[in-house]
Amino acid sequence: MSDALKELTEQKYKYGFVTDVAEDRIRKGLDEDVVRLISAKKNEPQFLLDFRLKAFRHWLTLEEPTWAKVRYNPIDYQDIVYYSAPKPRKKLASMDEVDPELREAFAKLGIPLEEQKRLSNVAVDAVFDSVSVATTFKKKLADMGVIFGSFSDAVRDHPELVEKYLGSVVPYTDNYFATLNSAVFSDGSFAYVPKGVRCPMELSTYFRINAADTGQFERTLLVADEGAYVSYLEGCTAPQRDQNQLHAAVVELVALDGAEIKYSTVQNWYPGDAEGRGGIYNFVTKRGKAMRRAKISWTQVETGSAITWKYPSCILQGDESVGEFYSVALANHRQQADTGTKMIHVGKNTRSTIVSKGISAGHGQNTYRGLVKIGKGAEGARNHSQCDSLLIGDRCGAHTFPYIEARNPTAQVEHEATTSKISEDQLFYCRQRGIREEDAVSMIVNGFARQVLRELPMEFAVEAQKLLGMSLEGSVG
Amino acid sequence: MSRKPDGTPLLEVRGLRAAIDGKEILKGLDLTVHAGEVHAIMGPNGSGKSTLAGVLAGRDRAQVTGGTATLDGRDLLALPPEERAVAGLFLGFQYPVEIPGVGNLYFLRTALNAQRKARGEEELDAVDFLGLAKEKMKLVEMDPAFMNRGVNEGFSGGEKKRNEVLQMAVLEPRLSILDEIDSGLDIDALRVVARGVDALRSPDRATVLVTHYQRLLEYIVPDRIHVMAAGRIVHSGGRELALELEQKGYAWVEP
Repeated sequence: MSDALKELTEQKYKYGFVTDVAEDRIRKGLDEDVVRLISAKKNEPQFLLDFRLKAFRHWLTLEEPTWAKVRYNPIDYQDIVYYSAPKPRKKLASMDEVDPELREAFAKLGIPLEEQKRLSNVAVDAVFDSVSVATTFKKKLADMGVIFGSFSDAVRDHPELVEKYLGSVVPYTDNYFATLNSAVFSDGSFAYVPKGVRCPMELSTYFRINAADTGQFERTLLVADEGAYVSYLEGCTAPQRDQNQLHAAVVELVALDGAEIKYSTVQNWYPGDAEGRGGIYNFVTKRGKAMRRAKISWTQVETGSAITWKYPSCILQGDESVGEFYSVALANHRQQADTGTKMIHVGKNTRSTIVSKGISAGHGQNTYRGLVKIGKGAEGARNHSQCDSLLIGDRCGAHTFPYIEARNPTAQVEHEATTSKISEDQLFYCRQRGIREEDAVSMIVNGFARQVLRELPMEFAVEAQKLLGMSLEGSVG
Repeated sequence: MSRKPDGTPLLEVRGLRAAIDGKEILKGLDLTVHAGEVHAIMGPNGSGKSTLAGVLAGRDRAQVTGGTATLDGRDLLALPPEERAVAGLFLGFQYPVEIPGVGNLYFLRTALNAQRKARGEEELDAVDFLGLAKEKMKLVEMDPAFMNRGVNEGFSGGEKKRNEVLQMAVLEPRLSILDEIDSGLDIDALRVVARGVDALRSPDRATVLVTHYQRLLEYIVPDRIHVMAAGRIVHSGGRELALELEQKGYAWVEP
């Protein structure tokens, strides 16, 4: 048996382990006291507490949205722990002080925190149960004026930047889950790249959910000042548990004039088992604002989570700004994905590209939902959207909901969509050449997704390819 | 013509029966091919030629209902398709399949290495493989630009057939079964296909050409010609049989 096949057929979710670390967790449930408690635990300045409280009060007036094509049992928001941190949480003087248990957990995930062992061009911020536990290469980045680290550190060291940009792209009133996040977020990553600086290495955050019964609410804020460039990667895993866990993150990107942000995600939260027990509810709001001639590019490979509800979007505010969205979403077994993007064209001659590749297998349900909106003033705006669906087996579903709103007659909006199946003929052709069926499926799927995978930075592309093959384990035959 | 010292044929088919959706297509077919030989199987449409090729390669569209088929004495019918390929059986498809996004060269290397690995041979690295592929591309006069396109993606009919011959030349099978490799080909392309088949002529290998027309046989001279009708081989002979078919048509072989 080939190694590849072995990996494919025997490897279940391989990140399902639990790390035994002492936790500082608060009681279950959510009320104003809990919001104040989270803020107090983090020693936050008044503006942040005010932001949280406004969000919480607004959240109480909102209803959970039901328009997505996903089905799940009601979430009991009073049965969730909103803050859990690995103890002790003293300030670390160096990487050597990271709790050995945590260090080992990240090593198991293939994320060594020791700088000398890291790939030379990636700086990592490791977030464990919503709390950033380590950031590598901080010093080297600081020499170029790049700020990169945990959100909490940014609040302490650069409160003016946080206050200026927090909520500027995703306001606390935005939507049910973003509003909840605004009230209770615990940590996340923050990066600021100063004017004209091309960030010398990839910035990366690795998110890990460990504790049971907790929600994960991170907040990521990236600001690329005028003419700056940054490429950012995020990866996510969680232990295998029978209960569902809520993950409601918010990511805000700000690309000032002439700046470029490339944001890549490989999402591999625990997807639940083959019968649909357990798994992460991934309800995430991601949005970027691009000013004049700025560019924001989202690339995502979504293979995990029981439910994915996620629409990384671009507000093309400035003239000649550019937005891109490249997505591979895979739904196997009982997974449900409702994902896509919004391209909001405000400035003149703005351009956007959408390439979405949905793969459905088992009983998986995969929905592309996208909005292309051309504002009145968006003279000469252009969009091209391509949505392709690949079906494996006859019990899964693929759905496409493209919304187009054009208020300017000079706009050009194009939409292409295809649906295909992995055919018996394709599989037989591969097998006749000596390629085993499982490897053939993995190869065909990777070919289908190639247009998106090639947008990923090299280190991630290889991992994403393997992940696609692994996530399809048991989908044929 | 060389034979194995013990006389075991490379391919031996005895009383093969197969049905598609309950309808019997192969009705007790016998065929013996020795290493070093080139055979042609001719016959009218619907005689079961392509079904035979598919059944030998393990396509599950047809159910085998009786008989045996061995390759080098090994029971072919018991093996899944990929193991038949590893054992040395190659099927040139009448309608090669498109696999979008999977690079042609990448596909070929994956196939070659899968076979080598399964046989316990060392896999070829990218550099060695590229050297081999370039040499074989020259043989089939294939434009290198095709190599990084998706497998057969947007290829013309003739390009797809050349690609089949290229794959055959790289994989170096013991037994090649080429199903209507000549259909839709112009004379230049026919010449290329013939050259590919000739290049693989050796005392250890054999080729079975499945064709409707005798035109291909002007370029490839077979050792044996078989005429198939209604699921059986009804005549076997030398090259003169092809000419006779050309003159008389298939009507005289119909049962």
